Amino acid sequence: MNAYAGRKVVNLVMMVLCGLAALGALLPLGSVLWLVVSHGVAGLNFTFFTALPKPVGEAGGGVGNAVVGTLQIVALACVIGLPLGVGAGVFLAEKGDSALGNAVRFTAEVLSGVPSIVVGIVAYGLVVVPMKRFSAIAGAVALAILMVPTLARGTEELVRLVPRSIREAALGLGVPEWKTSLRVVLRTALGGVATAALLAIARATGETAPLLFTALNNQYWNVRPDQPTASLTVQIFNYAISPYDDWHQKAWSAALVLLLLVGGLNLTARALTRNRLKGAR
Amino acid sequence: MATHTDKTYEHELQELRDRLLTMGGKVEAAIAASVRSLTERDSELAEHVPVADRDINRLEVEIDDMCRRLLALRQPAASDLRFITTALKIVVDLERMGDLAVNIAERAMDLNQAPQLRPYLDIQKLADLAQGQLKLALDAFVEADVTKAEEVCKSDDLLDALFLKVFNELLALMMEDSKNIRRATSLMFVAKHLERLGDHVVNVGEMVVYMVRGTDIRHPRSRDLAR
Amino acid sequence: MSTPEAKLNVTHLNAGYGDKAIIRDVNIAVPANSVLAVIGPSGCGKSTFLRCLNRMHELGPGAHSEGKILLDGLDINSGDVDPVLLRRRVGMVFQRPNPFPTMSIFDNVAAGLKLNRVKGNHAEVVEKSLKQAALWDEVKDRLNASALSLSGGQQQRLCIARALAIEPEVLLMDEPASALDPIATAKVEQLIHELKARYTIVIVTHNMQQAARVSDHTAFFYMGELVEHDKTETIFTRPSKPRTEDYVTGKFG
Repeated sequence: MNAYAGRKVVNLVMMVLCGLAALGALLPLGSVLWLVVSHGVAGLNFTFFTALPKPVGEAGGGVGNAVVGTLQIVALACVIGLPLGVGAGVFLAEKGDSALGNAVRFTAEVLSGVPSIVVGIVAYGLVVVPMKRFSAIAGAVALAILMVPTLARGTEELVRLVPRSIREAALGLGVPEWKTSLRVVLRTALGGVATAALLAIARATGETAPLLFTALNNQYWNVRPDQPTASLTVQIFNYAISPYDDWHQKAWSAALVLLLLVGGLNLTARALTRNRLKGAR
Repeated sequence: MATHTDKTYEHELQELRDRLLTMGGKVEAAIAASVRSLTERDSELAEHVPVADRDINRLEVEIDDMCRRLLALRQPAASDLRFITTALKIVVDLERMGDLAVNIAERAMDLNQAPQLRPYLDIQKLADLAQGQLKLALDAFVEADVTKAEEVCKSDDLLDALFLKVFNELLALMMEDSKNIRRATSLMFVAKHLERLGDHVVNVGEMVVYMVRGTDIRHPRSRDLAR
Repeated sequence: MSTPEAKLNVTHLNAGYGDKAIIRDVNIAVPANSVLAVIGPSGCGKSTFLRCLNRMHELGPGAHSEGKILLDGLDINSGDVDPVLLRRRVGMVFQRPNPFPTMSIFDNVAAGLKLNRVKGNHAEVVEKSLKQAALWDEVKDRLNASALSLSGGQQQRLCIARALAIEPEVLLMDEPASALDPIATAKVEQLIHELKARYTIVIVTHNMQQAARVSDHTAFFYMGELVEHDKTETIFTRPSKPRTEDYVTGKFG
């Protein structure tokens, strides 16, 4: 009986330690949420969401254009980066055991380790210099370069997880290989791929450094992709390093908005994916 | 020769074979005893035959059970299937042969109470022929020898011819003197039993051919008519 | 056995992966509207043989095959036959049920039609195929439910319906009932019996009794060679080759 009681005690101790570790892991997340919400909520009002920023000294103003700008840049980045990333992932999963496949995989791994500021400089050289101006599209290219490697690797893993029997079932029906890969295999892996895409998009939405010398910033509304565009992250950066308390407050509030935005993107995409998985027509 | 991977199955088939051979041996002994009880006028020997027949009947039931069990549990195929279905059929003929021996023994007991009608020469010949066929058929089964089995089937005509001769002789005896009728009739029954024995032995031979070759040679004339 | 009405006529078929030959010099003819069972011990090449019949074999790494396979007189191995189109005439059902997991029952059955852009009334074809697969009554009220909500036996019949929807002429079945319980197996076997009237069926099975129940002819493969091919009744009552006799009576190993 003693051994049994001893084991029960050890079990309890271990469970408590695990619980404490879990709490410890949640602590930074908790503190981030707490700080951002408590500091930022004060500055939130309708104007904040919809108005343009005011010059120093003037009260009021908002980050309306930055919100629109972030959405715009990220949307463009998705248009470039999602097909490239998912496409590369599917290629690696289906035909990746070749020399070309290994080369692509290696490139993706290297790229995913490149610091984001370096990617920003690369985009500067690739897009801003030939266009002779800062623009949303340059920012989108920078973000896309950041998205593609992780998306490709993630998609590859997920597509490889699709059982061979599904592929064979489609091939057995007389469906050509490329269509099988895209419309059957990928569709089966879609849930996971959507999550991987979300992670990539969330990362891109939160990037600051690459946008500094590509999209630059803009004090006004802008919907043209070939013009400098405001973004929440750059705006937060500008507000935060300024010497003004008012702007510090705006930085907290903008940070809260960014958090809400990313969270909102997450939840929406999750809800959409769940419906698809249920097989609704 | 390859044996079944499942050793228990192999053992069960062997046991079936042993049972059949035992039964065959007992039938041979019964026929021999019943014929001798007649030709040597030994009624005591004749009394043993029905007693021994109980063993033969018991074996029939046991072998049937074994076959059914094998069919249900083993799903036999090819040669195993042919062997087991052959066993089911042979057992019927063997049991009937045992009954015929009992009938002969009963006739013998009856005949032994009266003086012998005449020397049992032809009856003895008939009996020897029938017993010889039975031995050949059982050997064919044990050795899976198609040649022997086919021989058995062909020589039944000889037996039938000999029976006809005995029949006519006994008929003559009856017409000669009505006091002979009772004994001659009994002897006619004995001859008939021996002739029936021959028919059953032919059945065994035909089944052995099927068991070995997989071709059914029964009723060739009926089959031709159908075609 | 090479008769003019043979639906499939295989001559001198060799197939393997890399420098390893799996099946050697296989010659066999399959009459139309009949069921051929392919039996043999593990690794004898029966699945490889089956997959040659719809050119799925060539999708494996380093796969190669030589020899003629005539489908209604047309050599499917020749260069100008599109394997994709071939597979619409020669359908396949696999060992484990493999419905498309993200699609509904209806979409699964219609998948072959939709992906191959076949025009027409899909709902009609789906109903007809499900009826042929003896599954219609069980699912007609929930065609929108996920395919994964069905039991194993139902899923396999769903896969059969899916294969039938594109109206092939030949149906290849690779151990279709090996993952199913006895009742589901019996239903699939009954199904094969009914389908025979309209399709030519080749079924690979390691269950000899199933081969005996279901097929008209049986082919016995051993170590890559076709040892014997005859009427099923003959193979199971009086096979001519001793190897076949040994396999069928359980004297192998």
